[in-house]
Amino acid sequence: MSQAIATSGQADDITAGLREVTEDWSADQEVFRHTHWGKAMMWIFLLSDTFIFSCFLTSYMTMRTSATMPWPNAAEVFALTIGGQSIPLILIAIMTFVLISSSGTMAMAVNFGYRRDRKKTAALMVATALFGAMFVGMQAFEWTKLIEEGVRPWGNPMGAPQFGASFFMITGFHGFHVTCGVIMLLIIAHKVFRGDYDRSGDYSAVEIGGLYWHFVDLVWVFIFAFFYLW
Amino acid sequence: MATTLADDLKPLHHPKTWIGKYVWSQDHKVIAVQYGVTAIAIGLVALVLSVLMRLQLGFPGSVPWIQPENYLQYVSMHGMIMVVYLLTALLLGGFGNYLIPLMVGARDMVFPYVNMLSYWVYLLSVIVLVIGFFVPGGPTGAGWTLYPPQAITEGTPGYSWGIVTMLVSLAIFIIAFTMGGLNYVTTVLQARCKGMTLMRMPLSVWGIFTASIMGLLAFPALFVAAIMMLLDHLAGTSFFMPTLFSFGQTTDTVGGNPILFQHLFWFFGHPEVYIVALPAFGIVSDLISVHARRNIFGYRMMVWAIVIIGGLSFLVWAHHMYVSGMNPYFGFFFAISTLVIAIPTAIKVYNWLLTLWRGDIHLRVPMLFAIAFIFTFIHGGLTGLFLGNVSVDVPLSDTYFVVGHFHMVMGVSPVLVIFGAIYHWYPKMTGRMWNKTLGQMHFWLTFLGTYAIYMPMHYIGILGVPRRYFALGETAFIPDSVALANAGITIAAIVVFLAQGLFFFNMIWSLFRGPKADPNPWGAASLEWQTPDTPPVHGNWGPKLPTVYRWAYDYSVPRPERDFIPQNEPPA
Repeated sequence: MSQAIATSGQADDITAGLREVTEDWSADQEVFRHTHWGKAMMWIFLLSDTFIFSCFLTSYMTMRTSATMPWPNAAEVFALTIGGQSIPLILIAIMTFVLISSSGTMAMAVNFGYRRDRKKTAALMVATALFGAMFVGMQAFEWTKLIEEGVRPWGNPMGAPQFGASFFMITGFHGFHVTCGVIMLLIIAHKVFRGDYDRSGDYSAVEIGGLYWHFVDLVWVFIFAFFYLW
Repeated sequence: MATTLADDLKPLHHPKTWIGKYVWSQDHKVIAVQYGVTAIAIGLVALVLSVLMRLQLGFPGSVPWIQPENYLQYVSMHGMIMVVYLLTALLLGGFGNYLIPLMVGARDMVFPYVNMLSYWVYLLSVIVLVIGFFVPGGPTGAGWTLYPPQAITEGTPGYSWGIVTMLVSLAIFIIAFTMGGLNYVTTVLQARCKGMTLMRMPLSVWGIFTASIMGLLAFPALFVAAIMMLLDHLAGTSFFMPTLFSFGQTTDTVGGNPILFQHLFWFFGHPEVYIVALPAFGIVSDLISVHARRNIFGYRMMVWAIVIIGGLSFLVWAHHMYVSGMNPYFGFFFAISTLVIAIPTAIKVYNWLLTLWRGDIHLRVPMLFAIAFIFTFIHGGLTGLFLGNVSVDVPLSDTYFVVGHFHMVMGVSPVLVIFGAIYHWYPKMTGRMWNKTLGQMHFWLTFLGTYAIYMPMHYIGILGVPRRYFALGETAFIPDSVALANAGITIAAIVVFLAQGLFFFNMIWSLFRGPKADPNPWGAASLEWQTPDTPPVHGNWGPKLPTVYRWAYDYSVPRPERDFIPQNEPPA
């Protein structure tokens, strides 16, 4: 009995929700009510960027299945020897941890932005940017290590040449995104600290920057899963 | 909180200097004209290339400096320029920029600075493209589809330098389009004026809006394909390159997947057809409605047809690849999805006809072009049904039938709409009227010339004449009539080419000497004709934004003063 009521209540919620969506879309002026146009624009851009990364990853998977030479074992290639012991994927694990942590600090920065806490917002954004810079630094280290081991875009000693090629292309493109994000975060943090947004009364830049940053993190999760764990 | 320009909270920054007004301008109308002029200029290059190709085909050897490799280069550059740099840029960058803010009642795009940047990056892509004509080896001759491995293999014209400028230019173009497209989509979603609901927008805006979304989702595939091919060529990767035996030696590339490029290319390439077609569909609906003094038949159906065509177009790409060697069962799926698109498309065509039905049709020049579009589009669409079926496509593939089909459906049809649209909005854009007689001469020569050019191509295509061939030579299955048809096509093409001179003369002469135009010469109800100034000034609407009370299609209203109700007229 109580379950039936709960279900019908849920159905009402869904109907009400759908009605609100319909009302928003059939309203004048704005589809996304009380949403900064920049935020809407960032969402649409991220949708487009999703297609770029999807194309990269789908192409990578296609190449991997149709490559004529054996695919190298990622767990062996991406292992580090620490204290005489080879630990698989240790660097990637740390990199992933760092990047996910940066999403945490970013979320806190957005929260403090809502509260108009100028100093904490700026500090947390700088922390996010530092995490991002750490990530790019470790990626540079990983690239150097692979290049020293003879991995090149046109071939590598472990197997299919597509391995190195797609590794450099995809992580390079992602690293480029992270680098752009770091620069953007620092610029916004600088403006927050200077009090630009207190004067204009509009902190949405922090949130828009945050959207981009979370997206870059999310993409990394997919790259991590498809490239390193597969 | 939400500070859109439409809220009138953020004052527009009016430029003081001539350069700020007309060169580094952030006004959507100036950017639109910049886009339009650049696109038409590079389109003229492609038009000249097509005439050179026709000279070789119609009268082989008549122009001694057209060598086989030049011919292939003309084919490739003509195709790519027309599809991407002319049609996409003109319809979205040109008409999108001009019409969206005016038609939805905004002062400008939501992010004018990025909009300006979009144009300058587009110009850069055009410059890089043109540089391709002057690099050693000339532009690429790989065909507009740029299929690897031949695109970057020795023996193809422009395989070393030309292909690099082409791919780099495409990547730059995509960046430019993304900046513009984000603006178009966001402006439509978030910056409409009071009363302007999505379902009150003119169909032109719907077409451009849907096409912009499609562009944002389809161009990434081309971007990725371009980057991967550049790496194949410059960094020696083997993404698309299998091991080849070339000039007595095996190449260094191992195990690449050339079909992957085709999938990526057509995942962009097929939506691209509709990125060009949907704005044309939208614009032509408005032209027909205004000049037939009838409300558009089945407005809601028209909107949903646009959206459904846009969605379906992402599920049909491999119908360009029936003969690529992919799994035949794929062909089955893609043939079905291709033929399903015919349903919403047919809905649109019937609705155009039903709008004309018992309408008060004024055969002015824009209307002539709009009706001509219905003809060419039906013809091109019907041949599409042939090519969409696997078993019919296989023998027709890579013949002149295909050339006739796509020129009819996505070459000529959008171009006719573009002409119609330019004639239609010219009085608003310039404040002056063009010459009617010249316009009519231009129309009849272009329209009849179109049929003289492309109808015979279907015939020689069914005979089996292959496309992209420099010369046919002595071949048993090709009768003499083909040479005659080719000569006729070439003569028609030259006539049409020269007829465009009438258009350019008319436009430029009228700009300075044309009579002053009425602010709303066609009696149109949509918002862009209700601006306080003609041509509209920066900010579009004077001190107060308009308020919209109705849709854009209230025509043939029985009342004495005027037979239409503008969108911003309050209810009596």
